Amino acid sequence: MERKKLGLIINPIAGLGGSVGLKGTDGVSEEAIHRGAIPRAEERTQRALTELLANKNQVIVYTGPGSLGGRIAKQMGFPYVVDGALSDGHTTGKTTQDLVRWLQQQDVDLVLFAGGDGTARDIYAAAKASTVFLGIPAGVKIHSPVYAVNPSAAGALANLYLTGKVTKTSEQEVVDIDENQYRHDIINTKLYGYLTIPMEHAYTQNRKCASPPSEATAMETIAARVVDDMEPDTYYLIGAGTTTRAIMQELGLAHTLIGVDIVCNKKLVAKDVYGKQIMQYIRGKKAKLVVTITGGQGFLFGRGNQQLTPEVIKKVGKDNLIILATKDKLFQLRGQPLLVDTGNAELDQKLSGFYRIICSYYETAVGKVATN
Amino acid sequence: MEMKRIDRSQKVRVGFHEAKWDEAIIYELSKPGERGILVPKADKKVVDAVGNGVSMLPKGLRRKQAVNLPELSQNHVLRHYMRLSQETLGADVNIEIGQGTCTMKYSPKINEQLARGIFDLHPEQDPSTAQGIMEIFHETDKYMQEISGMSRFTFQPGGGSQGLFTMGSIVKAYMNSKGETRDEFITTIYSHPSDAAAPALKGYKIIYLQPDPKTGVPDLEAFKAVCTERTAGFIQANPEDTGLYNSNIAKFVKYAHKMGALCCYDQANGNAVLGVARAKEAGFDMCHFNLHKTFSTPHGCGGPACGATGVRAGLEEFLPAPLIDFDGKKYFFNYKFENKKFGVHKVRAYYGVAPVVLKTYCWIRSLGPNGLYQVTKTAVLNNNYMFKKMLEIPGISAFYITDDNQRVEQCRYTMEKIYKDTGVSTTDIQRRMMDFGMHYWTSHHPFFLPEPITLEPTESPSKEDIDEYVNTLKYVFKECYDNPEYVKSAPHSSTTHQVDESVMDDPKKWATSWKVYLRKYK
Repeated sequence: MERKKLGLIINPIAGLGGSVGLKGTDGVSEEAIHRGAIPRAEERTQRALTELLANKNQVIVYTGPGSLGGRIAKQMGFPYVVDGALSDGHTTGKTTQDLVRWLQQQDVDLVLFAGGDGTARDIYAAAKASTVFLGIPAGVKIHSPVYAVNPSAAGALANLYLTGKVTKTSEQEVVDIDENQYRHDIINTKLYGYLTIPMEHAYTQNRKCASPPSEATAMETIAARVVDDMEPDTYYLIGAGTTTRAIMQELGLAHTLIGVDIVCNKKLVAKDVYGKQIMQYIRGKKAKLVVTITGGQGFLFGRGNQQLTPEVIKKVGKDNLIILATKDKLFQLRGQPLLVDTGNAELDQKLSGFYRIICSYYETAVGKVATN
Repeated sequence: MEMKRIDRSQKVRVGFHEAKWDEAIIYELSKPGERGILVPKADKKVVDAVGNGVSMLPKGLRRKQAVNLPELSQNHVLRHYMRLSQETLGADVNIEIGQGTCTMKYSPKINEQLARGIFDLHPEQDPSTAQGIMEIFHETDKYMQEISGMSRFTFQPGGGSQGLFTMGSIVKAYMNSKGETRDEFITTIYSHPSDAAAPALKGYKIIYLQPDPKTGVPDLEAFKAVCTERTAGFIQANPEDTGLYNSNIAKFVKYAHKMGALCCYDQANGNAVLGVARAKEAGFDMCHFNLHKTFSTPHGCGGPACGATGVRAGLEEFLPAPLIDFDGKKYFFNYKFENKKFGVHKVRAYYGVAPVVLKTYCWIRSLGPNGLYQVTKTAVLNNNYMFKKMLEIPGISAFYITDDNQRVEQCRYTMEKIYKDTGVSTTDIQRRMMDFGMHYWTSHHPFFLPEPITLEPTESPSKEDIDEYVNTLKYVFKECYDNPEYVKSAPHSSTTHQVDESVMDDPKKWATSWKVYLRKYK
């Protein structure tokens, strides 16, 4: 049987800052070591790879040398291949990106990476949409849902995916917090993009009800609803996100995954626009704003779509907001309100209230929008 | 050798193992020419008088090819089905607490025996020869009216979802009769998925109310924000599947009426309110009950069942027809009541599953009004005892615990902490509980709460039964920490071990019938 190719990337400095109170590791790894921090990414990777030991001989690990993954792969007895162009020692975000590119050239089936949000950002910078990734949580900040809940869960899911028992994938957000602001107790996440990861729970036949549609199908039905309801001569601002992207795909238009595009009469008017640019298009015109939940924390505005400035939102108006979310995404909030942080407190208050959130062609859910 | 008493101190059934026969499909057991019954040849005088038996059949009804039935002897048929029956985990053999929302109470066998007496009845036989069962239908209708406060019931819906469909149909019929073109229906996330699906089938757009994150029940202000002149109906289970009762339900109903909508009460969780609260007093226009749940008939794993549906005065004309009425001398099928233009007419053939209605009648009669109230009291007591014991298990919690709410007849717990600590999920537990001869249920999909567990004891189990179930869960949850791989790879003592579910995602691997299976797989 052909062996599966498992890509492995360990960020050796992931998690150093947290254990010594530095609230992150970006740019402070030397200080962290000085304070006595002990690297733990390799130990967490070992826990993940333990889940794959039973199928060790059905897998070849492709990785970087030494602390980047080669050392642990050898130690655990996995057949492995190392990227000869890299060297162990002082590694940076560029090292991670180079390794991602090499792994993609090797056409690996899955890339397991150990780190935090910063590592996920570096991964994303070099990732192709067709590559499947999965994060082993080892960093200080883990807000991106590309990470499994713990190292063992990451290994177990990787094993299921490589043995073909899990076949579905989904796109999950890569978000990160500005660490400098975080050290001053200001939490400001930003959406960087999406990585494709294996779906953790495949829906199976349930004797009490039929299996629900997949996330992708749900997005298609939402998009179909929005497109079918589009009014003529109205400017639709399509916000960031995979759910909103489905609208552009339904229309057959190019789109910006983490930006704002403008559509009118079902044609693309402008791509990846922001603030003042948007105002130039919609001033004096009828406009609607299509948004979904972004930023990993249930935000509608303020995390991942800062291109939608208070001026733009005010111009569009509360009544012209079209909010989309699949049931899966919405239910992750467990009834907590969708949050707004436009930067204008008065506008945030005006936006607060109950909205109908489109979650499939004929279904909406009542959601509360609030400032906290 | 010294004889000792058998040690019964083990509280958890660790020695359980399901029967495993590796039994073939009955077609694979077929042997050409093997017979169970040899029909004797007719006497020559009979043949001379009436000819060959087959020749009496109209030409159009005669088979052109031999019938494709398996050929087995009687003892082979008996053995086959007895073996299959041993490979199931039915309600008669396990402590049926784990199937939350199913209301798996004891179904009295005496009622099954009584129901056998009517198996030879045919729905199309002359009503004059079926007066007894018609009286049963009529009387049971009156009992359901008294239990709910509604004016009239139909037993035509074949199950709970069809009862919900009937209510959605009645709303549509009513609105059509008023010339209204309302196109929206409101329900809640924790109501059964059919509460949304049924009105959707009638063409309504569905609006879901989410639970308030603190109280777990829908917020009235959220409801008011979306209940408008476009709303045709509002439907909710109360209590919902979390076991929480919305004590403001009458306010929801009042507001819906103010906006001109009709209100439908999904009483699938009726075991929580018998003799305590009625649809009528809350203002509902209609309600349904699952006779196979609340009324014990039993929950037959897909049937036979009945979603008895009742309406308030003024809506009877929209009920499916016929209803069974009494004219002072005899029981008859009444078609005159229905609104010929707008009525629902039919949701299913005939009038309802007679044995199910009969067993409901028997169950109600054997308990009486005070007995029904005791059913609810005991069910709620059992659940609250279990709730307390469950929350003592490390890693188990429930959402929406405030100072002034309690669970009613069931509860949705979460094992999220255990999952985060060990990687063992609620679906892993579901499989592992089978190793102790027990069911366990999670939630409808998609999960609104993480790693959910939904349990409903009903009034049937004793304290010892509940203790055994909880102790078994405790044992398994401890295994999650001690030996998570063993739990994840369960079941180990079941008829079938863990099935590769990846095939479910690939339609090319499905075989939907025996013929398809033979064609696809050589």
